[in-house]
Amino acid sequence: MTTVESIVDRSVTQKLETMLLIRTFEEKSAELKAAGHSPSMCTSVGQEASAVGVISALDERDLILTNHRSAGHLLARGADPNRVMAEIHGKATGYCGGKSGSLHISVKEIGVILTSTIVGGELSLATGVGLSLQMLEMQGIATVFFGDGAATEGIFHESVNLAAVWDLPVLYVCENNQWQAYVHRKETMRIDHISEWGARYGIRTATVDGNDVEAVAAAARDAVAYIRETGKPFLLETYTYRLRGHMEPDDQAYVDKEELSRWRSKDPITALERKLVTDGVLTATELAAMKETVRKKVEAAAQFAITSPYPTLDQLTAGVYA
Amino acid sequence: MSEMSYRDAIRAAMMEEMDRDPSVLIMGEDIGIYEGTFRITAGMLKKYGAKRVIDTPIAEAGMVGTAVGMAMLGLRPIVEMMTVNFAIVAADQILNHAAKIRYFSGGQVDIPVVIRGPHGAGVQLSAQHSQSFESFYAHFPGLKVVAPGSPADAKGLLKTAIRGKDPVMFLESAALYGMKGEVPDDPNFTVPFGESRLAREGRDATIVSWGRMLQLSLIVAEKLAKDEGIELEVIDLRCLRPLDMEPVYASVSKTHRAIVVQEQWKPFGPGAEISASINERMFDELDAPVARVTGEDVPMPYARNLELLATPHEEHVVAAVKRVLYRE
Repeated sequence: MTTVESIVDRSVTQKLETMLLIRTFEEKSAELKAAGHSPSMCTSVGQEASAVGVISALDERDLILTNHRSAGHLLARGADPNRVMAEIHGKATGYCGGKSGSLHISVKEIGVILTSTIVGGELSLATGVGLSLQMLEMQGIATVFFGDGAATEGIFHESVNLAAVWDLPVLYVCENNQWQAYVHRKETMRIDHISEWGARYGIRTATVDGNDVEAVAAAARDAVAYIRETGKPFLLETYTYRLRGHMEPDDQAYVDKEELSRWRSKDPITALERKLVTDGVLTATELAAMKETVRKKVEAAAQFAITSPYPTLDQLTAGVYA
Repeated sequence: MSEMSYRDAIRAAMMEEMDRDPSVLIMGEDIGIYEGTFRITAGMLKKYGAKRVIDTPIAEAGMVGTAVGMAMLGLRPIVEMMTVNFAIVAADQILNHAAKIRYFSGGQVDIPVVIRGPHGAGVQLSAQHSQSFESFYAHFPGLKVVAPGSPADAKGLLKTAIRGKDPVMFLESAALYGMKGEVPDDPNFTVPFGESRLAREGRDATIVSWGRMLQLSLIVAEKLAKDEGIELEVIDLRCLRPLDMEPVYASVSKTHRAIVVQEQWKPFGPGAEISASINERMFDELDAPVARVTGEDVPMPYARNLELLATPHEEHVVAAVKRVLYRE
């Protein structure tokens, strides 16, 4: 059984390893899709610092609801890469028995209770999870990951407004990755920061460099501390960039090349690797060993997924009703 | 047994369940301080307090989504819609989330939520407030759809809905709120889902109905028995999903004629499903095509004379009965 291991105050090298795991996992998923092994999926390549930084600030009591780019959130929370990869392949050994694929994967045992693929669909449910936590005096907070695209949905307004008027312990994390499927954020809104919208509901907000994992972790720790102390919601915007396309495969022909190369130079993983080696926290040999460990783990996950059985046919009708 | 109105039976069901189980709560627009647009929640805020009787902003999608999120953690929210028409504002939360989460989570997460409120035509409420949604919601696997036609069923079915693990659309006939009937007092009284009921025994033709149209059908049945010696058998479906057709088949094998009476529009409505099921199962038993009595295929008009034309009345049912008996 997967558990939420010591993710509180995870060290910077552990954070790097988790970011590498997410990157390698998602690139492998895309590769397996291209090779015809699995159906398509949406990746969060370029956004790993956001997932790892925020989730490093949570603890076992907290619950997570997320969206179609959820592999990073799941792995950062400690999900077993084998079972996530198996779910993406629609296999019986996946966390949802092959019923969800990448689109709806949830892992209740580690507190990731929903992936919704309706853009913004997770937002109002997170408000309800926050209300439940408050009513049941469960201490934890509800954390919901959504994108700048979801913020343009009407449900964003209702969800944040309700959490504001009812003082609910919800951490709204907007991963502003600049892209809404195939449309650039600048074509859909007049502002640059979703935190500006959040502030209008009378809740506390912050924007942080979403490509700097330590900055994200620090901002998330502050936000979480505020929520635990006051019971009130907080909107944290992680300003980042989706380096791959909307959905695999994607040639990104619609992406401005100059912008893409500018953000590639700010890749959260290469920046952190460079810093840790320069600062003497990691040697080049240790970094190479870390990458090799991660590569093996992901290869094993791919093998596990490919060799796992499909669900038995009686699963077709199982679970529609209790 | 007590004589009780359909409205009071609904309130009694909710209060008994709130007394029995602290995880049951109710939320909606104007249900607390104002005690409900249709007075269903009278006295509830006073008894249970604002934590369990929650007034919400006018935000149907947000409120239903909130209830679904609460249900994910094991609470049992009842959402009162001021009218069921407004629930379509929350269609994403009901159809894309509540109805599907258990299935796509591989059984990890249940959504025990009840969405209830007045349903169907009232008096001069016009096009956006007079609709019937049985087939709309019953189309979706993962939802249960209930439409009680008497005070006792309103109480017993609502208690079953609240105690279950599935999302339920509980469609109350607005026109029946004042109807009185005998209702069991026993707090353990429930009416199980998926058990259609023989509401009247007869031999000449079978009427299939539910909700307010059940009561209309029973009135017609008494009248035709008295005036013309025609004995109609009447089946009350009570639930559209799960749908129990067995009593219908048993009845049709006796009468060989069937009429579905519904308030909803004819195209793709419940009557089409029921008629098709009868045809699939007992084509050889039928002595006449299955007849449908339905609302007129128009948005509900406002003017009273037009509104009366748009909804089924006794004469429509009588005409359908005579048609299947070839007595026109």
